[in-house]
Amino acid sequence: MDIHGSTVEFHGVTRKFGNVVALNDFSLKIKPGELVTLLGPSGCGKTTALRILAGIDKEHSGVVEIDGKDMSSIPANKRNIGMVFQAYSLFPNMTAQENVEYGLRVRGVDSVARSKRASELLELVGLASQSARRSTQLSGGQQQRVALARALAIEPSVLLLDEPLSALDAQVRSQLRDEIRRIQKTIGITTLFVTHDQEEAMAVSDRVGVMNKGNLDQIDSPSHLYNKPKTPFVAGFVGLTNVVPAVAQSKNEVLVLDQVLDISEHAPSLVKGEEVKALIRPEAISIEKAAKGAVVITKSFLGPMTRIGIDVGLHDLIYVELTSKEAKKIDTGDHVEVTISSDSVMVTHA
Amino acid sequence: MSQTSLQSTLSHQTAEGALPVAKRMFRLDKSFLGILPFLALIGYFFFYPLAVVFNESIHDSHHHLTASAYKALFGGDYRNAFIGSFELAAYSMAISAIIGALICWAVVKTQGHARKLIIAAAGVLTSTGGIPLAFSFIAAFGQEGLVTKILLNVFHWDIYGGAFDIYNFWGILLVYCFFQAPLMVIIFIPAVENLKVEWQEANETLGGSRIAYLRFVVIPVLAPAFISSCLLLFASGFSAYATAAAMSNGTIPLVPLLIGNLVNGEVLADQANQGDALAMGMILVCVLVFGLYALVMRVSRKK
Repeated sequence: MDIHGSTVEFHGVTRKFGNVVALNDFSLKIKPGELVTLLGPSGCGKTTALRILAGIDKEHSGVVEIDGKDMSSIPANKRNIGMVFQAYSLFPNMTAQENVEYGLRVRGVDSVARSKRASELLELVGLASQSARRSTQLSGGQQQRVALARALAIEPSVLLLDEPLSALDAQVRSQLRDEIRRIQKTIGITTLFVTHDQEEAMAVSDRVGVMNKGNLDQIDSPSHLYNKPKTPFVAGFVGLTNVVPAVAQSKNEVLVLDQVLDISEHAPSLVKGEEVKALIRPEAISIEKAAKGAVVITKSFLGPMTRIGIDVGLHDLIYVELTSKEAKKIDTGDHVEVTISSDSVMVTHA
Repeated sequence: MSQTSLQSTLSHQTAEGALPVAKRMFRLDKSFLGILPFLALIGYFFFYPLAVVFNESIHDSHHHLTASAYKALFGGDYRNAFIGSFELAAYSMAISAIIGALICWAVVKTQGHARKLIIAAAGVLTSTGGIPLAFSFIAAFGQEGLVTKILLNVFHWDIYGGAFDIYNFWGILLVYCFFQAPLMVIIFIPAVENLKVEWQEANETLGGSRIAYLRFVVIPVLAPAFISSCLLLFASGFSAYATAAAMSNGTIPLVPLLIGNLVNGEVLADQANQGDALAMGMILVCVLVFGLYALVMRVSRKK
């Protein structure tokens, strides 16, 4: 298969729907062969960005380029972009094989060549034996595999995935997620993936961009995004985060839950006495049984881990994650002493 | 085991084995009761009259068994009536199907109140057939009709200057289209609404033109619904009576009008069973059309 990775660039792209700004001065560069995920809640603009790149929606301002070529005047059917939709996108009057062949058929490729290519791709997605089935005879996961094969059949310069796993059940979603990543790496195609599922985004991406109200808040590698969120929104959206009020004690120190923490690695410049918010991951907190102090209110078994909700006298509970073995020693109603590791604490201005 | 106890066991087993069957039959009977009123209704108002009509169609006025009425269907006015009805049904089907399909396409592209308004209007127009519709057309397009006079006096266009006449075949065809096209909208729009936006977008991203989308996706997907809707329009056009009766002065040979004339006693001697034979012929045409309809639906469901 002759697919090469292309460079994709958004330069200050803005899209409005009436008075609502769906995409606000959006800029992003995707390197050849890279898989970038846009992550965010519904209505944050991630799908709009993808649709503009595909050419099925139009930007109001800004430029989209593929390999340095401005795409503004190029219609969707001339962009050579493969796209997998959320669901229901297979043509119901065609078999899986015919669906995969479709892009080649409208390009005038002869039937022998397109049949051969479709068979290869169905083999690649593990559906060679289902080629004669219509979409209505395939499961949701199988349909999305066929849709992926169909998108790849035209040897696109870019692959777009618009929440392709959201309609599938958890097990199939996980399998197909890994398969998409395997295929993407195998053929080295530049890919833009859109999802609202942070676990999915973290699992498959080279980089993840978190979007909020039409803006790209942060784009980084999954581990960097998790460990060094730049905004409370990113911290809250990517993984579970405790947002705790804190007071600056010096330029590098904050008082959080009666503990003074050195946060020189992560802190913005603080002014003594300034009220700030500390963003603390559950795994950065440890607890030990005590005679008095904070009280364990909830205990949720999550398999290998157990999440414990603790009342430390704030409006909200703070959450701690322990291995389920450790958590056996703690029961609801117990008093505990809370210790925060300063390594993983981020501080933002209140 | 003693013989007595063996017999007892056997009879017990038989009773146990028979019980579920009896229970199943009882359950079937009970569920059957629910549709009995409906079956009684169609039995009394459809199958019983059908049997009577069939029986009368094969007997002459002296109650002798005869096929003469059926033979007569293949010649003269009766043959012409079938041809006339077939032509009227086919033309009105073709015109209404195209107009209705185009309206459906436009409606699904329209958002908000306009869409609801068009669907509601189609519902009203579909049920405004018969004498009220015929009268409104006569009042509008008759020789002394309002629209005819406005066109003549304001635009100096005499619509009766050419071949047009509200009372001839083309006039009746116009009126038929007036209720058949909305009927097409009502029955065809669910299929058009089922066309997913994602299919069109997938076609675009795969490099397909709008024509390719229509040719390879839209037409094959809509074809079964379009064909079945056309068949329903044909049946409706073939068997409609009131509108044609109100607009025709008897010069247009149509099967329902001839049946009406024969039922009203406008018959020659020894032709009492001719209306019954005509009715059976019309029912046969409708059965064939609905059979085709069922076949199309079955094939499309299998795909």
